[in-house]
Amino acid sequence: MKIFVCIKQVPDTETKIKINPDATSIDTTGIKWVINPYDEYAVEEAIKYREANASAGAQVFVLSVGPSKRVSEALRTALAMGADEGIVINAPEDIDCYSTARALAEVIKSEKDTGLIFTGKLAIDDNASSVSQMLGEFLGIPHATVVSKFAWSPEGVSVERDIEGGAKEIINMTAPAIIGANKGLNTPRYASLPGIMKAKKKVLKEIEFASLNIPATDIKVKYSQLSLPAEKPSVKMLMGDSAHQVAELVQLLRDEAKVL
Amino acid sequence: MSKVFVFAEHKNGTLKRGAMELLQAAQKSGNTVIGMVVGTGAEKAATEMGYHGAQEVHVIKDSNLDAYNPELYLSALSSVLEKTQPQILLASATSTAKDLFPRIAAHLKTGVVSDCVELSISGDSITAKKPMYSGKAFAIANFENSPLKIVLMRANQLPVAAADTSKTMVLVEHALTKPDLKTVIKEIVKGASEKLDLTEANIIISGGRGLKEAGNFKLLNELADVLGATVGASRAVVDAGWVSHGMQVGQTGKTVAPTLYIAVGVSGAIQHLAGMSGSKVIVAINNDPGAPIFQKATYGIVGDLFDVIPKLTEEFKKVLKH
Ligand SMILES: Cc1cc2nc3c(=O)[nH]c(=O)nc-3n(C[C@H](O)[C@H](O)[C@H](O)COP(=O)(O)OP(=O)(O)OC[C@H]3O[C@@H](n4cnc5c(N)ncnc54)[C@H](O)[C@@H]3O)c2cc1C
Ligand SMILES: Nc1ncnc2c1ncn2[C@@H]1O[C@H](COP(=O)(O)O)[C@@H](O)[C@H]1O
Repeated sequence: MKIFVCIKQVPDTETKIKINPDATSIDTTGIKWVINPYDEYAVEEAIKYREANASAGAQVFVLSVGPSKRVSEALRTALAMGADEGIVINAPEDIDCYSTARALAEVIKSEKDTGLIFTGKLAIDDNASSVSQMLGEFLGIPHATVVSKFAWSPEGVSVERDIEGGAKEIINMTAPAIIGANKGLNTPRYASLPGIMKAKKKVLKEIEFASLNIPATDIKVKYSQLSLPAEKPSVKMLMGDSAHQVAELVQLLRDEAKVL
Repeated sequence: MSKVFVFAEHKNGTLKRGAMELLQAAQKSGNTVIGMVVGTGAEKAATEMGYHGAQEVHVIKDSNLDAYNPELYLSALSSVLEKTQPQILLASATSTAKDLFPRIAAHLKTGVVSDCVELSISGDSITAKKPMYSGKAFAIANFENSPLKIVLMRANQLPVAAADTSKTMVLVEHALTKPDLKTVIKEIVKGASEKLDLTEANIIISGGRGLKEAGNFKLLNELADVLGATVGASRAVVDAGWVSHGMQVGQTGKTVAPTLYIAVGVSGAIQHLAGMSGSKVIVAINNDPGAPIFQKATYGIVGDLFDVIPKLTEEFKKVLKH
């Protein structure tokens, strides 16, 4: 059985964002690239499953769509964590969720014996939370996103999905299925030094996005006019003893900010 | 004329605020406003949708739609969308909508944009502004090759007009065609909190490590009760097991944009700010004048939270009574 994990490479969470003059993209010079945090949970869950079911002989494939030179680094990291093989789909920087999901679907369809597909619930760069569900539709298999608990049996998959108010949906799906990982699913392992050494010898296959014959009309959304958040007026610090601070705060919230 | 389709969620027949916001925006655009609402209580919610500007509301009252199942919802929505053929679809970016609409978009070979904070409709075209890079930037989303443009808006971003009970709408009922299901919802486990979810709350009070121990969250709960607020938390205290993960605000927690956000004993790490910097008014209460949270705050109080919070609760009680 093959387990696929879709990982996106994103700017590190500490990155200071600078916008390019044409305002359709960010300036990537000096950016430290990492695996999207939620995709780390996805990788960990796939490896954990393989380890716990050694007799099933499952293999973990990590896939990433993006400029091959850059995203190969993310795939190497996932291989160092313990994934078995990597597939990079070499694509331009600016393809959207729809085309990304189409590409992932084409590649996964061309493989046989797919058991499970893990993704993150959301990529922290475009904040779309779309690719997992679209991939499910293109492959004609069920999906669940924002998953914080996962169990597998030959009859199918059982997951817990986090919804509003701390509530959870407990869902059963037939396999193969797509699971979009949330925080809380597991604690991702670090790539160990031996892991990093081994990863260098693992297979990393490259597929050209252009070879997948995905039409240009499969771009559905384009971003423009990127901007930084508006500067807030500087903070008003409230002085005096706490009784005075509190009285002034409540008065300001009511009369100046008008939020009460 | 173009058609704007608003998919509404409700609680026992009472519309959620986000749906009212979208109906108002749809109406303002001058297009025909079509609504849809499903599940037990849908008919009552449909009447409310009429009060808020829907001219025609499609309902499926089937109780199989009381709980969200992606496959049933896909079947319900896509059949009504095929019949009504709108150019624009608006829904609130709830956990249901964020899960459902990307799948519907793929099904209808069209585009979707989630988590938007502003929208602008002109005829059959729409652009929407949304946060990227955890709120460190914003972008305008433009649709291409999209017969239906789907925009999911965060709640509390748009104005709501009072219900106009003289308005009526045309109710169109449909039956649910149940596909062979690959997904079964076994159970819904209720959360500990009966309060509004963080992502819907108008006022949020968040606690951090400055609270010293789990039991001290009671100070925040008391304040929240007075304000009708929802309590949130930093990751540090979630990781420490003081409160549940559902309460975490920030990059790996929830992204919130309430009218008022009060951060108590929270330092303001960049990952926390990522989840709340879109809040309209931010109050920071911290005993360290150098805490980064003050740089994002509208109002700041340097002080001991154990002294400030009880006094603040009392003060709000006094003021809100009048
Ligand atoms: C990949 C990644 C993702 C992350 N995601 C998130 C996330 O989603 N959300 C999140 O919150 N964090 C997140 N973090 C963690 C974040 O970096 C911080 O560690 C965390 O936010 C700190 O929590 P805190 O402010 O409660 O604690 P601290 O930083 O310890 O701050 C406690 C504050 O309380 C103040 N204080 C102490 N005593 C008092 C008192 N008596 N009265 C008043 N003030 C007092 C202190 O001055 C201090 O400023 C993430 C980190 C990483 C690396
Ligand atoms: N370029 C990509 N390559 C591989 N997987 C991706 C890519 N973009 C998104 N994904 C997967 O889809 C999930 C949701 O991403 P998004 O819809 O962009 O928020 C991510 O957590 C990844 O698992």
